[in-house]
Amino acid sequence: MTKHNTYRAGADEDGHFGIYGGRYVAETLMPLILAVETEWNKAKSDPDFWKEFHYYMKHYVGRPSPLYFAERLTEKFGGAKVYFKRDELNHTGAHKINNTIGQILMAKRMGKTRIIAETGAGQHGVATATVCALFGLPCIVYMGATDVERQSPNVFRMNLLGAEVRPVTSGTGTLKDAMNEALRDWVSNVDDTFYIIGTVAGPHPYPTMVRDFQSVIGDEVREQMQEAEGRLPDTLVACLGGGSNAMGLFHPFLDNETVEIIGVEAGGKGIDTDEHCASLTLGKPGVLHGNRTYLLQTDGGQILDGHSISAGLDYPGIGPEHSWLKDRGRVNYVSVTDNEALDAFQLCTKAEGIIPALEPSHALAHVAKIAGSYPRDHLLVLNMCGRGDKDIFAVAKHLGIDMGDTDQG
Amino acid sequence: MAQQTETRITKMFDRLKAEGRGGLGTFITAGDPDYDTGLEILMGLANAGADMIEFGIPFSDPMADGPAIQASSLRALKKGMTLAKTLNMVREFRKQDDVTPIILMGYYNPIYIYGIDIFLADAKEAGIDGYIVVDLPPEEENELCKPAIAAGMNFIYLTAPTTDDERLPRVVENASGFIYFVSITGITGTKSATSADIAPHLERIRKHTNLPIAVGFGIKTPKNAADTVKVGDAAVVGSALVKVITDNLDENDNPMPGIAPKVHKLVSELAAGVRSVNKRIGA
Ligand SMILES: Cc1ncc(COP(=O)(O)O)c(C=O)c1O
Repeated sequence: MTKHNTYRAGADEDGHFGIYGGRYVAETLMPLILAVETEWNKAKSDPDFWKEFHYYMKHYVGRPSPLYFAERLTEKFGGAKVYFKRDELNHTGAHKINNTIGQILMAKRMGKTRIIAETGAGQHGVATATVCALFGLPCIVYMGATDVERQSPNVFRMNLLGAEVRPVTSGTGTLKDAMNEALRDWVSNVDDTFYIIGTVAGPHPYPTMVRDFQSVIGDEVREQMQEAEGRLPDTLVACLGGGSNAMGLFHPFLDNETVEIIGVEAGGKGIDTDEHCASLTLGKPGVLHGNRTYLLQTDGGQILDGHSISAGLDYPGIGPEHSWLKDRGRVNYVSVTDNEALDAFQLCTKAEGIIPALEPSHALAHVAKIAGSYPRDHLLVLNMCGRGDKDIFAVAKHLGIDMGDTDQG
Repeated sequence: MAQQTETRITKMFDRLKAEGRGGLGTFITAGDPDYDTGLEILMGLANAGADMIEFGIPFSDPMADGPAIQASSLRALKKGMTLAKTLNMVREFRKQDDVTPIILMGYYNPIYIYGIDIFLADAKEAGIDGYIVVDLPPEEENELCKPAIAAGMNFIYLTAPTTDDERLPRVVENASGFIYFVSITGITGTKSATSADIAPHLERIRKHTNLPIAVGFGIKTPKNAADTVKVGDAAVVGSALVKVITDNLDENDNPMPGIAPKVHKLVSELAAGVRSVNKRIGA
């Protein structure tokens, strides 16, 4: 598959990006995954499918999201011109809805009548519950029991939207276990169920399918930057949980070699501690959830839990295409700590009047480190992939402010 | 069809055929509830009537398993179980039994991280006869299946009710030893199928391969096992045995006395069920 002239050709027909990706699932699921792939191959070359996708992007999600010149932060950093791609203004408050709209259209094409999803912070769960409400399909969301407690407002939101949230206590009761449980559900309900995976991970064709839905972000940036500055951006920065918002921004620019691309992982309490979620920085290749990719794991190949102040980033894996881009050296992957992200969260709120989610606060923390080293005409785009309303309780807690137990807004 | 290397597995199925009966496969997780108790359980399985042993490699994220086997995996890991120690247990077993086949069953990552070449050499030397790797479908077979066959072991493929006629030839193409039919669409230890559910699937599979077929997932009682070997060549029991372990732990997951004999008792009852069915041609 190694076409040396492009970074955008993957995956190959077996779903591999180099040694990464693939279809490491139980036989019971294999025919289902092949069916999704067959349908995806048809859908992606069907103009009517994309017409419907873009209809919902425009009228329901509110796209295109603005490309905003963050002038005050640019002044503060004293270097690159910092632009925000404002996917936090999307309906439901994050980029996740781009993907769930795409996948529910796939489910509809395939005649599936029951939707399942996994969620960590609850953002993907909310985005899935939202499209299920819109299309009138029953929705079951698997969520780690610890996350159900940490993210109770999102659990309530999903319930209001008509979804059933099933707390997962197996394993360590976190996002990876929620994904295991969703896969177990799928194996048990093979006839009627479509699994809406929340990021660019899982077995082929999910990593490419989710990427292609999220690429609406990068495609818009290309046009909007052309309009604003008459040229390509110089640097792209995005945070990485499973890697979907980052891939959505990066992918359309991978073959523009002048564009520097930086992915920011959650460094938790520091990458010299055990409490981080920097799979690409400190993990090693392994096989989990249907694909080979960089994973946080023990020497014996047991999967470890990640840690991050941002519940949306603490997945111990990463989309396989990122693993491939790391090995190829096309994207530079770095990490920032919880505390750096918290500082960036507050900085952005005060300087721009935008309360960012803790996830893109990681990306912003890295931008704060590097922006000053670029010349004034350097164009930097940060993916502001989610808004921070969901995070104000976590932030208050870290700032030592008591907002009370019950009054969660 | 893959080259059919002679192993303890193929010899066992030949013996079963000569004896005119079906086989009993038993699944336990290596090192559950701890190394010593797990070894005691392993050592007595064949004497209790197991014809082949499926030995589970503990893994943190067993996506095809139900609550009983998930918990057994985590218990073993908590007690420090590793793939290397799993092979040690097999070496111990082989000191007393050079006949009963042992099949390693589990997920790919611990094997991948161990390193395929070293792993196959170590496993062969320890006395392993074959592999069932749940998350390695034929689409990813170049990694372990072909090297395992080249190293003189069997690689057993799973087929499921969802494996349709179009796909079956692909699945059996490089299978060796036997075919494992997952009798339900679901995870281990949950639903059960009846022999009437199973029979048409086995008939379909037999159109594509001459390999013996073992049936697993959801077989709990001696009666289930007997019914299963009426249509299949062997019945595999896992969660029911693991449940005996689970039911005999104290609140700290430490074994209460007499666990191994209790597991062996269920194995002998299952074996009696399996052996009550006469499979001689024309019987
Ligand atoms: C706002 C936001 N950003 C980022 C992520 C991380 O996911 P990904 O890396 O797939 O974009 C999440 C996940 O919940 C999120 O809610």
